[in-house]
Amino acid sequence: MNTHKPKLVVIGNGMAGISTVEQILKLTTQFEITVFGSEPHPNYNRIMLSYVLEGSKTIDDIVLNDWQWYADNGITLHTGTKVVKIDETHKEVVTEEGMRVPYDKVIIATGSNSFILPIPGSDKQGVIGFRDIADCNQMLEAAKTYKKAAVIGGGLLGLEAAKGLVQLGMDVTVVHLMEDLMERQLDHQAALMLRAELERQGIKFKMQAQTVELLGGERVSGLRFADDTVLDAEFVVMAVGIKPNVEVARNSGIEVNRGIVVNDYMQTSMKDVYSVGECNEHRGVCYGLVAPLFEQGMVLAKHICGVETAAYEGSVVSTKLKISGVDVFSTGEFIDGPEHTVIVSKDDWKRTYKKILLKDGIMVGAVLYGDITDSAELQKLIKQKTTMTDELYNTLMGTGCCGSGAKKAATVETMSDDEIVCGCNGVTKGSIIDAVTNQGLTTVDEIKACTGATRSCGGCKPVVEQILQYVLGDGFKTAAKQGICGCTTLSRDEIVAEIKAKGLQTTKEVMHVLGWNEPEGCSKCRPALNYYLGMIYPDTHEDEKESRFVNERMNANIQKDGTYTVVPRMYGGVTTPEDLKKIADVSLKYDVKVVKVTGGQRLDLIGVKKEDLPKVWEELGMPSGYAYAKSLRTVKTCVGSQFCRFGTQDSMSMGALLERKFERIDYPAKFKMAVNGCPRNCAEACTKDIGIVGNDGGWEIFIGGNGGIKARLADSLCKVKTDEELIEVCGAVIQYYRETGNYLERTSEWVERVGLEQIKAVAVDDLNHRRELVERVEFALKQAEEPWSKMLNDHDSRSKMFHSVEMKG
Amino acid sequence: MGATQETMHHVGTLDMFMKQIGRIVELNGEQIAVFRDSSDRIYAVENRNPHPKGGPLAEGIVSGHYLYDPLYDWKIDLTTGLVQAPDTGQVKVYEVKVENGGVWIGA
Repeated sequence: MNTHKPKLVVIGNGMAGISTVEQILKLTTQFEITVFGSEPHPNYNRIMLSYVLEGSKTIDDIVLNDWQWYADNGITLHTGTKVVKIDETHKEVVTEEGMRVPYDKVIIATGSNSFILPIPGSDKQGVIGFRDIADCNQMLEAAKTYKKAAVIGGGLLGLEAAKGLVQLGMDVTVVHLMEDLMERQLDHQAALMLRAELERQGIKFKMQAQTVELLGGERVSGLRFADDTVLDAEFVVMAVGIKPNVEVARNSGIEVNRGIVVNDYMQTSMKDVYSVGECNEHRGVCYGLVAPLFEQGMVLAKHICGVETAAYEGSVVSTKLKISGVDVFSTGEFIDGPEHTVIVSKDDWKRTYKKILLKDGIMVGAVLYGDITDSAELQKLIKQKTTMTDELYNTLMGTGCCGSGAKKAATVETMSDDEIVCGCNGVTKGSIIDAVTNQGLTTVDEIKACTGATRSCGGCKPVVEQILQYVLGDGFKTAAKQGICGCTTLSRDEIVAEIKAKGLQTTKEVMHVLGWNEPEGCSKCRPALNYYLGMIYPDTHEDEKESRFVNERMNANIQKDGTYTVVPRMYGGVTTPEDLKKIADVSLKYDVKVVKVTGGQRLDLIGVKKEDLPKVWEELGMPSGYAYAKSLRTVKTCVGSQFCRFGTQDSMSMGALLERKFERIDYPAKFKMAVNGCPRNCAEACTKDIGIVGNDGGWEIFIGGNGGIKARLADSLCKVKTDEELIEVCGAVIQYYRETGNYLERTSEWVERVGLEQIKAVAVDDLNHRRELVERVEFALKQAEEPWSKMLNDHDSRSKMFHSVEMKG
Repeated sequence: MGATQETMHHVGTLDMFMKQIGRIVELNGEQIAVFRDSSDRIYAVENRNPHPKGGPLAEGIVSGHYLYDPLYDWKIDLTTGLVQAPDTGQVKVYEVKVENGGVWIGA
């Protein structure tokens, strides 16, 4: 067996070379790899230099492969070392110091250099390019001493450099030869918008100006233009372009045009020598962007490892300007000519602009300004040479403006018939249309009864309504007065009023007296009536287990296989080693299938058999966490002032206190809370029914947040100064919600229906009303019992509800 | 249904079953969900959800002689085992008899 590993030498320690090496390592470890880099750093992300300049990232942040990576992969790395020649005869690469390293294969990945204008004075101090970390450091230094800077070149790099210098406090003028900024990436319109935006951000511009000389003594002091005007500048960045770094190839006798000439497999004219990235020229094109380099690297890696690969046929290039707050994107062809069909939309109010170019109906390029949410999609479509269709047009151009950043719902017209509308029940657009056209259905409810769409989570209701509207046109009327379910035409408010007025006591009585068309109701109204009765008569209503959904009836969450999940309370998300040990022991004893951490900071014991539930509860000896209930689930907390250096309030204690206080009574729907010890909001108050954020001197209360089916950020309700007031306002809000909420209506919907101002007026500002609400919630809380221990002591129900009747057949 | 010769088994007394709350009876290795309605009628169906994902039936909500299944809210006629529109399917139904407070199931 030949133990000699083929030697691969990579000249260039930048993104192109190292990403190729990474690709090679994914395929094989057959090579002994040596890398030469002229800079003293490991491989870093050159694209991110603009962010380093801007100050939003440090050099360390942008390192892609640290020293350890080279060591871990057995790569020999020579930094600060320049390779000057490839000696084909001896198969060795030669460094500036005369070191010779043998090779079997070589990859040249020397990238490119800043192009420095060949004008008098360009060698003065204070004139630099913008290409690497050293340049970046020079800029950071210059900004400390000098005030006035000029950037020559209004392309991508120039603008990023200018913005960086402005951030560093310099007075910056961008000098550009052309009429438009970024003329190689943007059309006239987008360029104008970009310039206006950058001027707002403090950059000055001198357009159509040709610099002919840099003035000054040893150090630069200004620029002279072709029209003889002068601009003062103590620091000049040249960003007029890049030129492929072909020195080593040229010294070695490899064919060089503008870049190192390569074929579709990145082979140069010299055997066993390849070239990748900005230093090469493929089919006459030198790329100065990052995407092509990855694509080339992938082809090269496969080829060099002997893995079959498609040829590299060039890249469709896209541009993204990396200046915070300025979003520009372009791809493919974007300057319209007579051969193009142009689709344009421009919005001066939102400062957005979108242009798509077609050639013979095929998408060939696009420009986006201000809103680049569609950039990935467009890039894909253009790369795949997609033909424009009405459907695509609607998705891409949306309605009205060029996209406000809001997600554009694809209009129902453009949905295909087999597209799933109701994800819960797998109902397609086609089957809904069928139901409407063939069965003459006209309401969402009829569609629900016939197809099942909207009946599970309800999230697709708007789309179903749109489909109805689309099929029926004017024949579609949003449903007439609807009762709480199909058994009645009465609304929630009417029912509650009748219960109070007539003193109705049981669900049966309500259904009978109020003329239900289904004498024993359905799975919708029975649980609702049971809730309303309990809310109205907290002390006298006899809870009806038979009117409860399985989870609430069994005090556990049913899973699809008929086993249950047990979730014990962990007040405020805090537990103890003893409790954890108990949970572990019980889980082992009863063969719990999965122990899962929930989103609400407690533990799910999944897969408990129905008949084991009472024993599990008994042995845990912990209260129910109500993970199954339309009730207070859990109060999520951050670490807070007990331990956190930022904590201003004791969130753990407050969370546990609130959870203990408000648990065990029925709410219209599940209810989640969070308490944070400081405005960093680590426990995410914005997606909770009540979210509480502590600050140095009190608490802020938010309500109506939801992170689930229909995400909604909570609204700020009020700020309070003391813990007592916090508890009081929470109690008042909870009771107001209990008294006015529709059964199963989350606070996110309730707040929008009732109105934040109304809730604030009644539960916060009107102190009398607030106190009454608190009294009523306190009264209800007094009646509450811990459900698990209650069931344990009710031997009759326990056996009838949890145990099978076993017949010896 | 009912084509085979069935033996009636005495599975217990009426008061072992709570009104409108199902209970499983295990008979000959089969799981049967038994329901007692508000007028003390007894129904027995196979404890197997007709939904493609399966699961139990015993914990559903009972209304008259209908059951709303506990997992997917399908409506099932306990007398015939037929799933109501918009859903389709059928659950196996067992013959039942209530005599002198005793409950009998044919299997």
